[in-house]
Amino acid sequence: MRVYLDNNATTIVDPSVYTTMAPYFCEMYGNPNSLHEFGSETHPALRCAVDQIYAGIGADDNDDVVVTSCATESINWVIKGVYFDYIFNGDKNHVVTTEVEHPAVIQACKFLESLGVKVTYLPVNSDGVIELKTLENSLQDDTALVSIMWANNETGMIFPIEEIGKICKKRDILFHTDATQAIGKVPVDVIKAGVDYLSFSAHKFHGPKGVGGLYIKEGKVITSLLHGGEQMEGFRSGTLNTPGIVGMGKAMELAVENLDFEKNSVKKLRDRLEDELLKIPDTFVVGTKEQRTPNTILISVKGIEGEAMLWDLNKAGIAASTGSACASEALESNPVMEAIGAEADLAHTALRLSLSRFTTEEEIDYTIDAIQKAVKRLRAISSTFSYAPDWHESKL
Amino acid sequence: MGKNTIIGGSIWEEYSQKVQDLMNNPKNMGEITEEQAKEMGAKLIVADFGAESCGDAVRLYWAVDEKTDKILEAKFKSFGCGTAIASSDTMAELCKGKTVDEAVKITNIDVEKAMRDNPDTPAVPPQKMHCSVMAYDVIKEAAASYKGVDAASFEDQIIVCECARVTLGTIKEVIKLNDLKSVEEITNYTKAGAFCKSCIKPGGHEEREYYLVDILKETREEMEHDKILSQADAKTSGSEDFSFESMTVVQKLKKVEEVIDENIREMLIMDGGNLEIVDIRDTDDDFTDIYIRYLGACSGCASSSTGTLYAIEAILKDKLSEKIRVLPI
Repeated sequence: MRVYLDNNATTIVDPSVYTTMAPYFCEMYGNPNSLHEFGSETHPALRCAVDQIYAGIGADDNDDVVVTSCATESINWVIKGVYFDYIFNGDKNHVVTTEVEHPAVIQACKFLESLGVKVTYLPVNSDGVIELKTLENSLQDDTALVSIMWANNETGMIFPIEEIGKICKKRDILFHTDATQAIGKVPVDVIKAGVDYLSFSAHKFHGPKGVGGLYIKEGKVITSLLHGGEQMEGFRSGTLNTPGIVGMGKAMELAVENLDFEKNSVKKLRDRLEDELLKIPDTFVVGTKEQRTPNTILISVKGIEGEAMLWDLNKAGIAASTGSACASEALESNPVMEAIGAEADLAHTALRLSLSRFTTEEEIDYTIDAIQKAVKRLRAISSTFSYAPDWHESKL
Repeated sequence: MGKNTIIGGSIWEEYSQKVQDLMNNPKNMGEITEEQAKEMGAKLIVADFGAESCGDAVRLYWAVDEKTDKILEAKFKSFGCGTAIASSDTMAELCKGKTVDEAVKITNIDVEKAMRDNPDTPAVPPQKMHCSVMAYDVIKEAAASYKGVDAASFEDQIIVCECARVTLGTIKEVIKLNDLKSVEEITNYTKAGAFCKSCIKPGGHEEREYYLVDILKETREEMEHDKILSQADAKTSGSEDFSFESMTVVQKLKKVEEVIDENIREMLIMDGGNLEIVDIRDTDDDFTDIYIRYLGACSGCASSSTGTLYAIEAILKDKLSEKIRVLPI
């Protein structure tokens, strides 16, 4: 059996998304910007996709939702665009973000720092969320931008976006949220959230890879990074990725349609998996079930290094992820784990399991069994863990 | 950058089959109890190295025959990734049958080499080398415990990297043994500097007594110094190893390059030219023929086949051997 529980890394393309995209490779392959029929025949599908995308995040018709190549591009655009317009060509010089953002945000902010911009990286508490008081205290008169993720990729923790939006609005500071891990998992409404910019990526919600989006609130247009032709009003040049856009539209529609399924069925499976795993002694999960996206578990299993756990699960055909330093090319300890702080051990014993609407009950049963077996084998090898004898005998 | 770095590979694909097999079925995993040691007529030694909060920890069990100092049995337990488990297992295997003094000489390189599928391909990717370093450190802990000496007296125990508990001695040794040239390499081999990074250079998270950048610089200088000393020794003892004639072609090429770099190249560059060595051949008449190609302004210059050529040949003859011919092509 092969079980995919790494949906926060990427997801399967929904077969109906794939079908929707298919005609735009070999049949209707014209450049949408061409005058001839080969070009114009792609327009109905593109318009439909744009409708689906706007509806999916609750954008107003006067706002821009620009299609990009991925969330990383969207994020870089916001951070560097704000730099050009409000710092380089303005009188601001400060950006606020968190320690647990995706590398796209962290590294773009580090780049700004290298240009002389002050950046504040807000810490999270042991639950993995930032506290609003900390945010308020960090804001300065020259703060240009606050960039805080909607939901965390490692822990699934949901951040108080609406409250952050209000704080930024009051101080007249631009607010960007990286909603890559939120769309399709929790309701995302840009107006209600009060954001100026919002980034997302189709492949995290069963759309194709290589296509993402940036929501830009009306009146908040920033300097373009990709100069060229007139596509997207010249804000983001480059030939339109017709199949990608069509696929993202369909995927967005399905993601919104499935939000209830996500909240109920996916969460139920996730909770069952979590409850079973927490029966293993010396395990703990970051954050309460209600504070998290319904598909994510970050569990620490004492005595078992994360990569060793992934190894055994991979042998059982199960794909998961770890924040363990050992599993990264650079041996660097996971910043999210470090930021959560309280338990130094967590940085090395964390296992991330992320489900999707395609995850089945059989797969979860199989996974519970496989993890129990891996725990038994690896804890027997471990030098930092020994069972109380009675548990060892009776349970496994 | 380059083609091989465009799509980052999975580090698992770089594990040797032996590493994978040991990870799946470690041979020496487990404990030795007091009773088992007693049955063997041996002394039980238990040593720990690392900690869970560092990401790696290993415990080594030895049953040592006190009459012969021989390690009769070795077992391990380990908290760590696949390569840490495989390295610990291999380390325990290598200890068996050795005396304690012999075991102390086992290095991380011995452990890594023992896990290779073929002699020329590393068993683990570079960033996983630290796992075998840890296996080597725990042996020293065990030996210190057996000899009843404090580990501190056994080797110099100045801790450079607190997070990974890496000592100054280990760092210097690993630099020398593996000919490391950068701080990144030190981090890959020892894990020093992989965590809070304070020990890499001043100005980090906390102030340290020793920094990797300084240790690397000093150790490289020591290595350079040692090299010069050993060359000087070879020279004064009149050892034949140093004579140009008895060198291999590769050694000759190195020497010729050195002499050209030090004495000739600058002169040519000042005139807008340069040269490259195309080939070096040992001839039947016991000469060494050095084929060169002129570059830039030198190619086509009239003097390049007369004055310049004679000067180059004279310098090489003077510095290396009378039996040298320089042939421009």
